[in-house]
Amino acid sequence: MGSLFDRITGRKQSAKSAKERLQLVLIHDRTDMTQVELEALRDDILAVISRHVDIDPGAVRIDVERDGREQRLVADIPLRSVRRRRSG
Amino acid sequence: MSAKIVTMTSGKGGVGKTTAVANIAVALASNGARVCCIDGDIGLRNLDIVMGLENRIVYDIVDVIEGRCRLRQAMIRDKRFPELYLIPAAQTRDKSAVSPSDMVRLGNDLRNEVDWILIDSPAGIERGFRNAIAAADQVLVITNPEVSAVRDADRVIGLLEAEEKGSPSLIINRLNPSMVKNNDMLSAEDVLDLLAVRLIGVVPEDETVVMGTNRGAPIALEEKSMAGQAFRNIALRMQGQEVPFLDLDNKGSLWARIQRMTGRK
Repeated sequence: MGSLFDRITGRKQSAKSAKERLQLVLIHDRTDMTQVELEALRDDILAVISRHVDIDPGAVRIDVERDGREQRLVADIPLRSVRRRRSG
Repeated sequence: MSAKIVTMTSGKGGVGKTTAVANIAVALASNGARVCCIDGDIGLRNLDIVMGLENRIVYDIVDVIEGRCRLRQAMIRDKRFPELYLIPAAQTRDKSAVSPSDMVRLGNDLRNEVDWILIDSPAGIERGFRNAIAAADQVLVITNPEVSAVRDADRVIGLLEAEEKGSPSLIINRLNPSMVKNNDMLSAEDVLDLLAVRLIGVVPEDETVVMGTNRGAPIALEEKSMAGQAFRNIALRMQGQEVPFLDLDNKGSLWARIQRMTGRK
C-alpha cells in the first residue's frame, strides 16, 4: 500500500528495508564471516570442483541461508553434461 | 516452593528493560505471587525510581554480598504489595564489586523467601550482563521493532545459547501498530522471523507507561492501559497460562498468524 508520495518516488517502504538489511547483517553477525570472506570461500570451492568436473562458474550459486537460528552454506553447482561439452 | 529466577536483558540500552521488570513484577504480585526484583545495573541504579522506592533505600546488593547487612534488610518492601520487594543496585560502586558466583549465591539464598526473582540486567554484554544471567533459570530478551535493537537482541540470544542458558523468550516492546500498518515499522511477525525464538509478549507503545514511571507507580494494573494489559498477559504466561496475544490493530489477521507461528491459540 504505502502513501501516494512513496509510490510516485518509488521509495521502498522502510519496514521492508529494515527486514532485508537485518536478514543480511544477522547472517554475518552469527557466522562471523564477512561478504569478502564468503567470496573467497566461494572461489576456493569452485577451484576444487573445477579440478574434477566441468562447471559453468556463471551458473553457480553459493550462499549462506538462515534456517531458524541456524545458518547453512548452500551450494547449487550445475554440472555441464559430457555430451554438450563434446558437441559444443 | 523454590523461586524461579528470571533475568531481563536486551544488549542495547533504552529498550525498556527496567520498565518491563517493574511492570511484570507488579502484575505477578497482583496475582498473589511473592516477588523480589534485583537491580543488576551497579553504578546506574534505576529500578528503585521506576518502582517509586527511591527514598526507602538503606542497604543495597553490594552490602548483602559483602556481608554488611542481612538479606532481609536489603529487601525494600513495595508500597502497594506487601510481598513485592526490591534489592537496589549500589550507586557508588562499579560492576566489578559483584561476580557471577556472588549472584548465584544471592539467588539461592533468595529462593526460599519468594516465588519469583526478577533480575534487571544492565545494557551491554560484559560483566554486568554475565552477572545478571549467572543465576537465571529463564532469560527474557526484550527488544524494540527497530534495526539496532533487533541486531543487539540477536547477539544476546547467540551468547545465551553459547552459555547453554537455553533458548530465551522474547518481548517486543514499544510496537506502534499504526506504523506497522503503514509498513514503516517491523511487525512482531518480522521480528519473530528474524530472531527465531519463542515470543512471550508484544507491548504496544503507550504513553501511560511514561506517566507511570513519572509517578513511580508501574501501570501494570491500569485496566485501560493497553501496555498494562500486555504486561499482565506476560506475567500470566510466565505463570504457565495460555493467554492470546492482544489484537493491537483490531484486524486480528496479523495476530492470528503470530499465534499460529508460536503455537498459541
